[in-house]
Amino acid sequence: MNVQVSRRGLLKGIGVGLAGGTLGALGFGDLQPAAAAAVRPFKLAQMRETRNTCPYCSVSCGVILYSLGDRSKNAKSAVMHVEGDPDHPVNRGTLCPKGSSLLDFVRSETRTKYPMYRAPGTAEFKRVSWDFALDRITKLLKEDRDKNFVAKNGDLTVNRWTTTGFLGASATTNETAWLTYKTVRSMGALVFDNQARV
Amino acid sequence: MADYSSLDIRQRSASTETAPAIRHHEEVAKLIDVSKCIGCKACQAACEEWNDLRDDVGVNVGVYDNPHDLTAKSWTLMRFTEYENPETNNLEWLIRKDGCMHCSEPGCLKACPSPGAIVQYSNGIVDFVEDHCIGCGYCVKGCPFNIPRISKADNKAYKCTLCSDRVAVGQAPACAKACPTGAIMFGTKDAMIEQAHDRVEDLKSRGFDHAGLYDPKGVGGTHVMYVLHHNDKPHLYNGLPDDPKISPLVAFWKGGAKMFGLATMGFAAVAGFFHYVTAGPNEVVPEEEEEAIDLKEGREHRGSGDDRPSA
Repeated sequence: MNVQVSRRGLLKGIGVGLAGGTLGALGFGDLQPAAAAAVRPFKLAQMRETRNTCPYCSVSCGVILYSLGDRSKNAKSAVMHVEGDPDHPVNRGTLCPKGSSLLDFVRSETRTKYPMYRAPGTAEFKRVSWDFALDRITKLLKEDRDKNFVAKNGDLTVNRWTTTGFLGASATTNETAWLTYKTVRSMGALVFDNQARV
Repeated sequence: MADYSSLDIRQRSASTETAPAIRHHEEVAKLIDVSKCIGCKACQAACEEWNDLRDDVGVNVGVYDNPHDLTAKSWTLMRFTEYENPETNNLEWLIRKDGCMHCSEPGCLKACPSPGAIVQYSNGIVDFVEDHCIGCGYCVKGCPFNIPRISKADNKAYKCTLCSDRVAVGQAPACAKACPTGAIMFGTKDAMIEQAHDRVEDLKSRGFDHAGLYDPKGVGGTHVMYVLHHNDKPHLYNGLPDDPKISPLVAFWKGGAKMFGLATMGFAAVAGFFHYVTAGPNEVVPEEEEEAIDLKEGREHRGSGDDRPSA
């Protein structure tokens, strides 16, 4: 439908519009709603905090995992943010670039969450149970140790086992580190390192 | 919804409203001690993580700067400069954390034409309110430090907020909290100036005679300050302006040109009003209307004594 606007009417309309705009520009317009909340709401306000240790290196910085949900029955938890633990004596809240991006590490698709097994001759890793993994590791360790253990070097008793190595983790307490050391050395293993060298 | 915010607004872009002025707020500042920075980029990672940003994976152009420049999703960036000091013959690796300086007299805010798109809180933080942003890019031109970036995704301007959401609830910005060497400190502006003086004294005792605090007066001081070993030559640090000032174009456009434009509009309005009162509107009588219709349809004028020129 065509609206009939006379030339005069059109000019009048334009004039009124211009005048209105001018009044606005001169500061007579509506005051903007008073300083509406421009600041982003603080996203951690009610998140659950869990203390943990950064898994990357042997510095073992303390971190706080902030997670969704209050652990009530129907709320599924999820890590939403990771930040340094200010009460941890090692890092006192600071983190390196790797620690600062732990959230993406936690959420990474390729993160190993359970034992994976690639059988000889196959191309794919398959999820297996802890029982299967531990049994298999134990069996292979024993086979290798029985075959390659060196008890004597000439007349000298050496009790060494050099064909299998052990790699420790960084996020261990003194107690677990002590246990790891005793376990590995008691079998005679010499190849022993930590995943984290700084 | 309550946002736990405890910040008043001191200035708003393109607004004439006066801010609440009776409360006194302590000004905050971030102090970046360039002499302590090892360029690890923990601040960059922490910034992206806190602000829920993930910039695109870039390409290596042969320098450590990664990404190459600030983007709408990378609000802070380590800029690396190799400087051969002619006085000592030493190669110095100057690493500056670039990002918004949160000027006391922000060029972006002065240049912004959209009411409330840029605000300055009473603690000194300058924040972009993307809801009100019209994506014109004036803030980019207005900034003496070349910081704001317009997003290709939503055509809105983005930059460091100094983690206003964290500061509002009494926490340090994410970059400052993360920094493993303590090169980024956060506190009241007074405390940061004091801290800087201690550092400058220390640097001077180590042979950096021109060490100093970068808190440029040309923009009224900043709420992100640097401790520089060569404060006499800030440009060494990847082009940090020696004497940053708001572009005279902004002053002309937002000062002279704007005033002139408004005066012209005001004059036109006043003149129009008086013309209306004194001369009145140009009335059209029904006869003129009929004449016009006749003319349009090509009919002869009906002869009459009071012939007028056709409208």
